[in-house]
Order: sequence, then C-alpha cells, then structure tokens
Amino acid sequence: MIVLPCPWCGPRNVTEFHSLGEVVDRPDPRTATRSEWRTYLYLRNNPAGRVHERWFHRAGCRRFFDAERDTRDNTVFSTWRLGREETGTGVEA
Amino acid sequence: MTRRQARPGPTRADKPRTRVSGYSAAALVRQGLRSTPGWERAWGSHDLRDRYEVVIIGGGLHGLATAYYLASRHGITDVAVLDKGYLGGGGSGRNTAIARSNYLTPEGVAFYDRSLNLYENLAAELNFNIMFSQRGHLTLAHSDASLRTMRWRAEVNKVQGVDSEVIDPDDIKNLAPALDVSDEPRYPVLGALYHPPGGIIRHDAVVWGYARASDLYGVHLHQGTEVVGIDTGHGKVTGVQTSRGRISTGTVVNCTAGWSTLINDMVGVRTPIVTAPLQAAVTEPVKPFLDPVVVSGTLHVYVSQTARGELVFGASVDPFAQYSMRGSLDFIEGLAGHVLELMPGLSKMRVLRQWAGLCDMTPDYSPIMGPTGVEGFHVDIGWGTYGFKAGPVAGEQMALLIADGKPPALIEPFGLDRFLSGELVGEKGAASVGH
Ligand SMILES: Cc1cc2nc3c(=O)[nH]c(=O)nc-3n(C[C@H](O)[C@H](O)[C@H](O)COP(=O)(O)OP(=O)(O)OC[C@H]3O[C@@H](n4cnc5c(N)ncnc54)[C@H](O)[C@@H]3O)c2cc1C
Ligand SMILES: [Zn+2]
Repeated sequence: MIVLPCPWCGPRNVTEFHSLGEVVDRPDPRTATRSEWRTYLYLRNNPAGRVHERWFHRAGCRRFFDAERDTRDNTVFSTWRLGREETGTGVEA
Repeated sequence: MTRRQARPGPTRADKPRTRVSGYSAAALVRQGLRSTPGWERAWGSHDLRDRYEVVIIGGGLHGLATAYYLASRHGITDVAVLDKGYLGGGGSGRNTAIARSNYLTPEGVAFYDRSLNLYENLAAELNFNIMFSQRGHLTLAHSDASLRTMRWRAEVNKVQGVDSEVIDPDDIKNLAPALDVSDEPRYPVLGALYHPPGGIIRHDAVVWGYARASDLYGVHLHQGTEVVGIDTGHGKVTGVQTSRGRISTGTVVNCTAGWSTLINDMVGVRTPIVTAPLQAAVTEPVKPFLDPVVVSGTLHVYVSQTARGELVFGASVDPFAQYSMRGSLDFIEGLAGHVLELMPGLSKMRVLRQWAGLCDMTPDYSPIMGPTGVEGFHVDIGWGTYGFKAGPVAGEQMALLIADGKPPALIEPFGLDRFLSGELVGEKGAASVGH
C-alpha cells in the first residue's frame, strides 16, 4: 500500500486521492500564444526521480494539496497546503 | 537516409528479400530424436562496433521490428539494437497480447488494420510460430452512452473495410456463454461491439521471431547495453554513449516506450508523455471455455483465455505517474470483484501471478512517430497500453521513414508536432481500457 499524507487529514491510502500530475507553470491566458498555451497543456517533464505534483483528496476532505514524490519508488518527501495556507510546515513523511 | 536511392519498385514494402530459414518440421524431428537437442542460439552476440549506420535504442518489439524492416525491405543492415536489459524485457514481454483494429479515428483504424494484416502473415514470413489466434474481440456496453460510442466505432470501422458490428445480449451469450448477460448485475450488459478478426498473439514469440530474423540479416542485437548519452553537433546526432563504449552514428531511433522521456532528455526533445504502470494478472489453467477476448470499459477489466487455458486479466493504467513496476493488492482486489460481476462462475479460480509494465501515455492515446527537432533523432514512442498490436506496422513505417527521409502517409498524423498544432488523434474512447 502506498501511503500519502494529506496535509489536513494525515496519512491515507493513495487510492483515496486523485492525481493531477506534475505542477506546470500556467501562462497568462490573455497574453499567451497558442504554442505557449499548448506547451502548458501538453508538454511534461515526466522525470524518473523527484517530481512536484498536485493531488486532490477525493475520498476525504476534498481539498487540493501539493506533494514532492520520487516516481521511481514512491517515496513521499513532503506534502503541503496550497495558496494562503502554504506555511512551509508541510507533513514530512 | 537519402543517399540510398536505388531500391526496387512498389512491391518492396510487401516482400522481404529472402525468407528466414532454419526451422522446419524435419529439423524438429531431427532434434527431437537426439538425447540433447542441439538447437543453435536464435541470435548471436557481437562486440560493439564503434560505428553503425543506424542505432536503435530499445530491444522491445518496436526496436526489433524497425531493425527487421530496415534490413529486409531496404537493405540497410548496418544496424545495432541496444537494450539495457534483455530483449523483450519491457512492455513487449509483459503485455496481454491483444490485437485488433476497431479504433475510433480514421487515422487510427487505417494504421492498426495494416498491423493486423502484417500479423496475419508474420508467422510465415519470420518462419516462427507466433500463435495468432483470431478468436474475436467483444467490447461490452453497459450504458446507452457506451452503446452509442460503439455504434459510432462500428460505422467508422466498416467504412474502412474493418469487420466490426454492434450485437445484442443474445448474440453475446452465444459467443461467450460464461458471461452474465441477465439484468441481475449492477451494470447489466446491453450490447457489445464485436470485432471477429481481433484476437491474441504469443507476445514473446513475436519478439524472438523478429530478433532471430534481424540477426540472420546481419543486424547486431546488443543486450545489457545501456544508452547513457547522445552526442549532437550543429543540431544533428553524431553518436551514442553506452555502458559499453561510444558508437558514432548519424541516425538514432528511440524505441524505449516507458523510458522514452529519459532518452529524449539526452537531446532536449520534450513530449507530452507521462509514464505509468499497467498491471495484469493470470490464473491457473482450466479447460477452454472462453473464446473471444472480452473487454468492459465500465467495469475497467478485460479477460482472455490463453492456449494453455490460463485466464489473462488486465485493466486501465495505474492512476498516477511512476517508473516503478510493483503490483498492488488494490489492483487485484478490484479486478477480482469486477471479473465476478461479468462471470460469477469464476469465483473458485485462483490467481497465479500478477505483474506490471511501464506505459508511455499520451494525452490522445495515440503514438508519437517520426522526426524531432534534432536531425537524425527519430522517435517511435507513446505506445501506452496499445503498442503490442502495432509492432509490425510501426517497424515497417519507421524503416520507411529512415530509408526515405520523410514520414510516410500512414504515420504522418502521429507526428510530435501535432500537440503544438492542436491536431490530436483522439483514441481514448477506443483504447483506455481495452488494449
Ligand atoms: C500489462 C500490459 C498489458 C498490455 N497489453 C497490451 C495489449 O493487450 N495489446 C497491445 O497492443 N498493447 C498492450 N500493452 C502495451 C505494449 O506492451 C507496449 O506498448 C509495447 O510492448 C511497447 O513496445 P516497445 O518495443 O516500444 O517497448 P518495450 O517493449 O517496453 O521496450 C523498451 C525497451 O527499451 C529498453 N531501454 C529503456 N531504456 C534504455 C536505455 N537507456 N538504453 C537501452 N535500452 C533501454 C528497455 O530495457 C526495454 O526493453 C500492454 C502493456 C502492459 C504493461
Ligand atoms: Zn484530506
């Protein structure tokens, strides 16, 4: 079982979560060119190693949070809350 | 590779130069009568040369098929296939061996149907029994919406001459009596897309057949040879760095499926690929009772019975990016529940083993084939969960691309540039659960 610590709910089975994939910088939709926008939509780094990604706690608090994970062995280094609540006091796994 | 012009006329794409020989009924009898059979190794091992005309990275089905068609159709035999592990150790030896051509887009149908045609004659061409069993392929519909998609697929298929039709629960029961088509289950079966030419093929045999045939043409197959870097100069490929030394070459083909991003990174080519594991499982063998391959998108499961009698199960890819090939209990639990909804009679069957392989998923569930921004660096990737059935056509078309220097019409829609031009080839509806 792969355990992911939700910054609100604590450690849970990864099957409770929905992955939104790696976090990609979103260009300003009002000024982005088509190719910038499609680069944002489609192109990915897909690293074998540490990745910064976004998750949704679908079967729990239904909140979004970010995580840093190793894609080779699913070690979760940390998870943290988004936006205003990002305090840097993420749950360390 | 434009410098090679003098090639024979239009039939070249359908005729190999020579037939692959060596295996025959007489040889089988001769070897069978010996106390220790003296079969020769199916392919040789070689020292790594410091130069090859073409270097193919990845010794799975796609890399081997590309090498075979380069040699047999275009006379390009100065080719090395490099694999960091053993031949067929990636997805090519881990898949559930389903072949079909009932896709959703005209581009997809034409492409996969060519592959099915090549597969139909492959055992004879390679002189290797690939055990292609065209037992029919059923995609079940459990809702009006999916019945509509199937009607659509059937029409797209028929227009292109592919045998494909929507059938009702009574016909399904005739084809697969073990299926519960009553209105008892939570998601009753309302109909199915039936594709008679679909079926299963012995995946290892395809890998070994192409490997042996390429070797006979003089292609070098290097196992245990990891690519660690690619050299470029002035926007062109100049060589490949491997764990066994450097090779200079002007043409490199990336056929590394789940690992393809790591190879692309070596030359700075970005793609939409995300790597995720796909799991599968096999039961103990039982008497033959299930003819067609059965897929249920709603229940996220598919099943077929092998020639040995085992049931092979699979599902959709694991739901997040990973380079790990560990199986999970969640998978096998969910699978068992869904299989029993389809075939309650299987409740006493025991699972023998489960495994996973890496899949290089693209946003539109179509492959990425062709040149990249780096001259001499070609990709044959993005095979996701559907690349086994495409091995022959991908090899044939990639070889043509290398020989002619431009993408053939059949694979033009699958270029890497489609993501920036927005011309995606959406096959999710036909490829996300059924592979
Ligand atoms: C469980 C499962 C079920 C599937 N079922 C089906 C199915 O029913 N039908 C279907 O059509 N498809 C199916 N697929 C998909 C199919 O298996 C793949 O798309 C296909 O095998 C890809 O073949 P390939 O030759 O491109 O890559 P692979 O067979 O994955 O080969 C890639 C090779 O590259 C090598 N490599 C990687 N990095 C390096 C490096 N740095 N240097 C040298 N070598 C390297 C690897 O060792 C590997 O051998 C399934 C996949 C899985 C995992
Ligand atoms: Zn939560």
